[in-house]
This record gives sequence, C-alpha cells and structure tokens, in this order.
Amino acid sequence: MDELVAKSPCAGLLPLEIGAVRVEEVDLGVLTTIAPYAGQAAATSDALKTAHGMAFPGANRMTGKEGARAIWFGRDMALLAGPSCDATLAVHAALTDQSDAWASVTASGAGAEAALARLVPVDLRAATFKRGHSVRTLVQHMNGSVTRLGPDSFLILVFRAMAPTLVHDLKLAMEAVAARG
Amino acid sequence: MRIEGKGLIDRATPVRFQFDGVGHTGFAGDTLASALLAKGVRLMGRSFKYHRPRGVLTAGSEEPNALVTIGRGAAQEPNVRATVQEIYPGLEARPQNAWPSLKADVMALNDLAWPVLGAGFYYKTFMWPRGFWERLYEPIIRRAAGLGALSGAHNPDRSEKVYAFCDLLVIGSGPAGLMAALTAGRAGADVLLVEEDSVFGGRLNAETFLVDGLAGSDWAAQVVAELGEMENVRLMRRTAAVGAYDHGTYAAVERVNGHRGNRPEGAVLETFWRIVAKQVILAAGAIERPVAFENNDRPGIMTAGAVRAYLNRWGVSPGRRVAVFGNNDDAHRTAADLHAAGVEVAALIDSRADAQVRDADYPVYAGAVVTGSAGRLGLKRVSVKTSGGSKDIEVDCLAISGGWNPTVHLTCHMNGRPTWRDDIASFVPTPESIPGLVAVGACNGAFSTSACLADGAAAAGDALKVLGLTPPRSRAVPTAEDDPYQLAPLWAVPGKGRAWIDFQNDVTVKDIKQAATENFSSVEHMKRYTTQGMATDQGKNSNVAALAVLADATGRGIPETGTTTFRPPFSPVSLATFGAGAQGMGFAPQRFTTSHAESLARGAPMIEAGLWYRPSYFPAEGETHWRESCDREVGYVRNAVGICDVSTLGKIDIQGEGAAELLDFVYTNTFSTLKVGRVRYGLMLREDGFVMDDGTTARLGDQHYVMTTTTAAAGAVMRHLEFVHQVLCPHLDVRFTSVTEQWAQFAVAGPASRDLLNDMLETTVDNANWPFMACGPVTVSGVSGRLFRISFSGEHAYEIAVPARYGESLFKCLVQRAESMGGGAYGMEALNVMRIEKGHITHAEIHGRTTAFDIGFAGMVSATKDCIGKTMAAREGLVASDRERLVGLKPVGRDAELTAGAHLFDLGVEFRRDNSRGYTTSAAFSPTLGHHIALGFLQRGPERLGEVIRCVDHMRGLEAEVEVCAPVFVDPEGGRTRG
Repeated sequence: MDELVAKSPCAGLLPLEIGAVRVEEVDLGVLTTIAPYAGQAAATSDALKTAHGMAFPGANRMTGKEGARAIWFGRDMALLAGPSCDATLAVHAALTDQSDAWASVTASGAGAEAALARLVPVDLRAATFKRGHSVRTLVQHMNGSVTRLGPDSFLILVFRAMAPTLVHDLKLAMEAVAARG
Repeated sequence: MRIEGKGLIDRATPVRFQFDGVGHTGFAGDTLASALLAKGVRLMGRSFKYHRPRGVLTAGSEEPNALVTIGRGAAQEPNVRATVQEIYPGLEARPQNAWPSLKADVMALNDLAWPVLGAGFYYKTFMWPRGFWERLYEPIIRRAAGLGALSGAHNPDRSEKVYAFCDLLVIGSGPAGLMAALTAGRAGADVLLVEEDSVFGGRLNAETFLVDGLAGSDWAAQVVAELGEMENVRLMRRTAAVGAYDHGTYAAVERVNGHRGNRPEGAVLETFWRIVAKQVILAAGAIERPVAFENNDRPGIMTAGAVRAYLNRWGVSPGRRVAVFGNNDDAHRTAADLHAAGVEVAALIDSRADAQVRDADYPVYAGAVVTGSAGRLGLKRVSVKTSGGSKDIEVDCLAISGGWNPTVHLTCHMNGRPTWRDDIASFVPTPESIPGLVAVGACNGAFSTSACLADGAAAAGDALKVLGLTPPRSRAVPTAEDDPYQLAPLWAVPGKGRAWIDFQNDVTVKDIKQAATENFSSVEHMKRYTTQGMATDQGKNSNVAALAVLADATGRGIPETGTTTFRPPFSPVSLATFGAGAQGMGFAPQRFTTSHAESLARGAPMIEAGLWYRPSYFPAEGETHWRESCDREVGYVRNAVGICDVSTLGKIDIQGEGAAELLDFVYTNTFSTLKVGRVRYGLMLREDGFVMDDGTTARLGDQHYVMTTTTAAAGAVMRHLEFVHQVLCPHLDVRFTSVTEQWAQFAVAGPASRDLLNDMLETTVDNANWPFMACGPVTVSGVSGRLFRISFSGEHAYEIAVPARYGESLFKCLVQRAESMGGGAYGMEALNVMRIEKGHITHAEIHGRTTAFDIGFAGMVSATKDCIGKTMAAREGLVASDRERLVGLKPVGRDAELTAGAHLFDLGVEFRRDNSRGYTTSAAFSPTLGHHIALGFLQRGPERLGEVIRCVDHMRGLEAEVEVCAPVFVDPEGGRTRG
C-alpha cells in the first residue's frame, strides 16, 4: 500500500531572512474553527476553558498561550490552534477542521512592523496593536489573519493555496525595508 | 551665477551631471534647476503648444516650465520638474518636446501661427471630415504638442505602498508646520511630519528671516534635530501629501531614491503612503503668482519668491542684472536680498503708486508696470511704463510677484470650495472642509513668520485637546518678523500682445477673453475651452489669475466667478507609483493546487480559473497539438480511468439545526429530505430569479452538510449564504465556513475507477455500499478522507478528498495507478469535452442571463416550498416559450467545426443581428462521437429538436448547418454513471 506523504504549505519557500526581518513557517498543530451556535457563546467559552484552558476570544483578540491558542477569526468564530478540539465543544458550537487550510508564518525582527505596514492596511503600531491583538484583514491582496505575538513578532495566516504569493509579497516588502537602511 | 557665502548647499561636495548632453558641476544640495541657473543656463524647456523657449519659473513642485526627462532606456522618467529633481553624480537630464534641439526647435513654427491657433482652434478646425479626427488630426496634434515620453519598455523600477497611522499629521514644515509638530511632539502625540522638499524648513530656508535671533534655516534645523530625538515623531521629507480622503485618510508620495544614482538592491523608487490621522494640520504654505504682461514667459523671468529661494537656499543668483516687478511689499524683499548679496538690482518696479520703499540703493519705480520683454532664448530687456513715460531696462532676470495664493488644494479634495478674501486678494481654505483638518500659516492666509509660528502652535494645542493630551500651558512662540502683507491686485498688464497666464498649457489673457466672448463664461467651461489649468501643474500658477481675468471679462467679481474643482493628486504622481506593488506577480494572488508542481513536472500548460491555476492538458511524448492530448485524456475516462484535481471547486461546511432549512431556501430543490451519506445536485437562483450557481451538496450528518460550488462562484456563493443568513434568515441557527483550502479533492473517473480506489481504500466499496450519489468517510492509505460518488464526466466516477497536506502525494499515487491501468491524468480541456458530451452546464451556460427554465431545469424548482428567486423566476417574461433555451447542436456534415459564441439562424435568412435566434455557449470536438458538438440557447429550442438551422461565427468566419438535438450527447440514460 502507498504511503501518503504530508507537505506543509510553505515547504521549499521558507525560511527567509532579509535585513532585520525573519519569516518562517510555523506548525500551529491542529486548527479548528469554533463557531458557537445561537446563545451558546458563554457555554462555548466555558467548555473551551475547561477543555483547553483559555476563554473564547473577544473580537480582535487572541487567548491562550504558545501551543494552545484561540484566535478570533471573524464574526462569531475563533480558531483553536494547537490541541485537537475537545468533542464536548461540539454541543455548543460548529467545529470544523481547518488544519490544512491555512499557511501559517511568523514575521519577526526589528523590521517586521515596517514590512507588514507595506502589506496590511490596519494600524499595527505597538501602542494600538498589542501582544495578543489579532485582526482579520488584507495581507496585500489576500484575505488573512494577523496576530501580534511579541514586541516584534507577528503571526500571519493566509489560504494555503496562496502561500507562494504570501512569500512573494513578504519578500518584496522585506527587501524594500532593508534597502532603506 | 553662484554667490559666495550663501546657501545651504555643500560646497565641499561637487556633483557632476549632464543636461542636454552637456556636462555641468553643481553641489550636493542643488536641484537641477539651481545647478543650471548657477551655470547661467536659463533655457530649460519648450512650451506645450507653441514650443516657446522657457526657463524655470518657480523653485518648487509647482514648476510649469522646466520639465525634463531623467535617465535613459526602460527606466527613463519623463516630465520631472527640474525644481524638484536633486542632482546626483551621473544624473542625466534631457529636455523634452523639442526637435532637433532645445535651442533650435522646428516646431517653434507653431508660435508664428499663433493668431489662428488660439483657444478653440482645434474644436473649430478639426470637425470635418469626421473620420479624419482619429486617423489624421489627432496623431499629428499629439506628435506636435506633448510632454516627455515613456520608453515603451517594461519599467524595472519598483515602487511600494505603505500604510501609516498617527495621532497628528502635519503637512509642510515651514514655520507653522515645524511649530505645530514641535508643540505636539513635546506633548507626546504620535506625530507624522511630511515635507515635500528634501530639506525641512519651507520658506525659512528661502528667506533671510531671523527666528529667535537665529537664521530661519538654523532655527528650522534646530527644531528638526529636537523632533528627530523624539520617539513619538516621524519625520518624512521628500514626501508630498497629494490627496485627502474620507475618514482621515491621506495620500502622500515619497521620493525614496529618485535623488540617488546608485540604489541598493530591492530599493524602491517611490513610496505611495496611505496615512490615517486622527488630526491634521495643513501647513502647506502658499504659491506665488506671476503677473501677466506681453511676453512674460521668457527664460529669465521667474517669481520673486523663487529668485529669493535660489539666492538664499542655493547661493545662486538667476541673473547678473535683475529687475523686480510686483504689486506687493513682499516683492521688495527680493530686491533687498539681491542687493545685499552684491547682485545688481536694475530696478524695483511696483505697480502701486503709493508703494513705500525705504533705504533702497537701486532705482525704484512706483506706480509703474512692466509692459513687455525682449530676448528670444533668454531675457535681455524689459519695457517699463511709468507715470512719466516708457523706458527699456537691460536685465537678464526679472523677478515678478502678483501676490501669494494659499495652497488650499487639499482642503478642496472632498468637494470643499475655498473662500475669497479681499484683503489678500486670494482664496483661503474654508474651515471644516475636511473633517479633522485645520489649515494654518500662509496656507490660511497668515503671511508673516510670527503669525505662522503662532498659528502652528495654536492649532497643535487644539489638536492635542481633541486627542486627549495636555497642551502646553504657554502658547508663546519664538520672536520673528511680523510685517504686514500689503498688496493691490494686479493680474494682467493691459497690452496688445500675448500675455501668458498658464505657462504650461500656453494659455494667454486673450484666450480667456475669447472664451468669455464665445459665451464659455462659466469657469468650468472656460477651463475646458482654453485648457487653462489642465496641465500637470493643474493651474497652481495660473488659476486665480485666470479667474480674475475671466471675472473682469464677464463683469463679475472673483468670488462669484468661483473656482474650478481641485482634485487629487496635488502634484503629479506616476502611474507606477499609484499602481505600486501590482507589477508582474504582484497584480493578483495566485492560488495553486496541491498537484500544481506535479502537473508542471508533467509539462501541463496552466490556465487561470479565477485566481487558481489549473492544468489545461498533460502532453504525452510525440504529441504536437493540444487536441491530441485532450482526445487521449477523454479516452482515459471513457475507457479506463482518469485523474483530475478538482480541489478548486468551492467547498462550504454547513452545520447546525437550521442547516437543512437554509439549504432548502437557497437551493431550488430540497435538501432536508436528503439522507445522511448521500449527495444531491442543487441549483441556486439569484434574488432576481436567474441562475446563480450549481453544484452538489453532501449530507455528512443530521445537521452537517458540505456544499460544493463552482470554482468561479465560490466567493460569491459564500457571500450569498452570509447575506441570506444574516439578512433574510437570522432566525436559523446555522454556521458555515469555507473548507475549500482544507481538502485536496480528485476526480477518479472511468469504468476502472472503483478498481483503482479499492486498491487504496481500507474498506472496499461496491455498488451496494457505495451507490451512485453516495458519500462518506473513508481511509485512504491510512489517511482519513471523504469519498463522494459523483460524476461530471458521465462515467462511473468518484471524488476523493484528503487533507491538503497529502494532496500532492495522493495525486501522484492516483496518477501512477491510473497509468498502470491504461489511464492517467486529465486536464481542463478533457474535462470540458466530457461535460459538453453529457450536456452538463457550467458558467458558460449559467452566465447570468439564463433561468432554470432556459436550461431545462424548470422541474428542479420545487413546487412545494419557497426558495430564493422562485417568485421572480415566475415572471411572465422569464417563462415565455419563445425564450432562448438550452439545446444541443451537431453538424449536419460531420466535418464542420463548431465554436462557442456563434449565432444561430433559421435557414434561408440573412445573417443579420435581428435574425439571430440564439447562440452557442460551449463547443468541442467529441472524440467519443467523432465530430463537433455544441451547447447553445435557441428560441423555442426544445420544440425544434431535429430541425436543421445555421450556425454562424462571424468573428472566426465559420459557418455550418447544424441539427438541433437534446443537450445530452453521450449515454442519455445515465447507465454508465451507475456502473
């Protein structure tokens, strides 16, 4: 019998380091979208806390910590990244496996914010977009998710099929930032 | 002529550059204009229409005359203003719009023909014969009149777009802007200061004013140094704010590398900034206006403020013997500064009889005007009319000033109109024209340095309050001159010859009067009739004067005459910068399937389907035409087994108690009755009753469905579902999300498909446990996936889905197995042929103008329930029997080629538009049948089966007799799918 070989979305494309920015692919583990049913937001959050230790994130926020995060993912939806979503949540929310749907990369370094300012049309200044803040927005022409992980570190998610474009766009932005010296 | 001891240039750093093929040396800090003037070069360009010799008029971005082309080859940059371009070692600048040379331009013959070439000449002259305009007149006129040209080659320069956010955006860094930035910066606001010049300071660098006892430029440098130390302040020079938009959004263009010869790898030429600011202080200054008199356009004639700028900023006197002509006290500074620098001032001419000039060691003519000038390629003489008579004065430079126009442009970008102020004979910004923006300083009509400083500090204080920050207690500002600005309006000196108003578009006082005479008396009509203000300077130097002349000619006041509309951009922006980031692969994202690399490795040419790339066909060795590959691949599926990546189809995961009800409402047919583990084909209508999309939906659980959409409409269907749920059916407890990217899905199609799959699946499938339209979870080579028994090809077929990470691997395995069974991979061409053979529709048929009735699916619109579009689809006109309806078409002679887009005609009629009875939407050569087939829409089509009509493709020149038939060509009973 054949053995199926897994390939990550950015295989062969990353890491990339230009100037003061480093972009690398991250394996976030299992990705599950959690969409609470009508009136089940609190129950979902409680179940999430019990099962995985974090509350259901408010709009534009991320909860949890490295290895088990819940990232706000749009209207009435969060993305659980890390553990396989506990089945008890299915009572309160629609659960959908998205582990293979997203290319996940981190952009970090002193120039990361400047590079992302070339692609993301929202205010990413540290004073307004703090650690744990997250936004569904555009990454150049792509629909994506951007989260601040640290003072100069961001998590970026775009559709898996667009991984080469993400790397292309990041590369141009990083080169432009680096060339400014 | 360079003046020792003056200027902010670095005399220790000489810079070699070329203009018009001649080498020159300037200094670091020079613009092309200042460096050329230092070398005595006054002639820098030719005018647009009459090819008149022109020199530099200004010292800023408003320059209308001195336009040059920078560089050569693919990256050459036309229409660069010499007053903006900084020189760098190796800079090569060329004049434009002149042939064979700048000094001897043949097209200057136009200038001799001026009596007939005035306003409206083209409109009146090139009316007849009609056809000549496009083929003859326009090309000739375009060649004769023009600016610089692009190379025609792909531009290798990169540009970029950047987003910026701040509390306070300060536009302009003259005394008002610097004071505002300093006040806000000290209070801790996040400040962005943009300055279009290469040096901060604005007019402080161009004047000899003292601020707090320091030279203005030194004070500016000191403030900039303090601002530079603040972490909360960002300083952006060479950045022009070019547009004001909704919600505090501003556009600004930064010249990042245009002043460098050697650019670092990956560097951009320009940056297009999109700045969102909570508060904005506009300190854009003012632009000096010339006075119109006969031949006021000779090289050597420039604005008085520009002469001071060249002298004080760059240490250059634009002439050796200079006259100054103005209607205001400000112009007197030019004479004083020149005189103090040791330049001979031949005359100070002030149009006001009561002008007061003290301590002047040069001739002063009050109540006098300049009436004309002489000197073909450069000014030699001006004629002055005084109360005592006329006299000629030999000069090589004339500094003119008609007063200053506040730079109101940005305040008008959201349809605001400026307000006229009689005391300064200028328009000033109307407050609140742009929410959150306050204009200060000269931009608001406050012309003294002291007033500018106070204005800037006060506006910053107000902005800080709005931002919730604490303004400084004291609003004290540095001491500086506070001279009153006095002037008496003077727009045009009366005279017979041509007095230029709009230098860039060669519009004279006469032209404007002519427009008024011909009743183009509205300012908008005058503008279009004369082209005044329509050049790249957008009338910055001419608008107010033109209005004044028009007002005079029509007997109205200036405020009643009004202004034309100021539109972005404030200064010219290249299309490359507007479109930054969209060059080449930056144009749109690319979506690649997991099988992409393998398909490329197999030599497949790609076609784009939306953003997706899909293989067209997989060429085999020896094949020379796509049809060979396509026919072979069709054979795989019809006779053995073919593999096709169908991951691009939209997949939407739908869960919840309301899932079934939602589907019943969006689809014409019923999904609540679908059994778990089964798939059903569904048709979706738009609200207007026309077909929106189609696809299969599988029921994976009692409250769990997966909807499939077409590749093209995946986004549109998702949006539609959101609309239906949020707006029409908010009571339904249902959640959905796209899983298109989660699953790699492959069609395994053909009589041998099940054998192939059974070799890989953990559990064997057969007709009993997996009949046609069954679906469910499977394990393939140890990986959990989903299997759907559905068929687009009409064969016994499946679609197998695995998490995308395994997509490439599964595709390889499937293709290898298929090949060992006499099949292989197939692409879009084969897929298309087979679906046409089966009469399956795509968006070629459901193209937005067809209904369920038209495509023969009226029966799929359930009579027992409501659905979106049902009522509207029942409108009389949408179910009329003479509508064009779906049919199949096959050629009467087997050899005839059928094409999509051809029109259908009854036999014996003329092939005219009004005789068309329908059209073809899809066509292919069917290797299964051995002849072409087509799908199309024909009036009363289903009633005409068996009739022969004509199919005419006017575009490709094809014509064939075709027989109307049912749209299913192969296996109409569908026995093969049930295999």
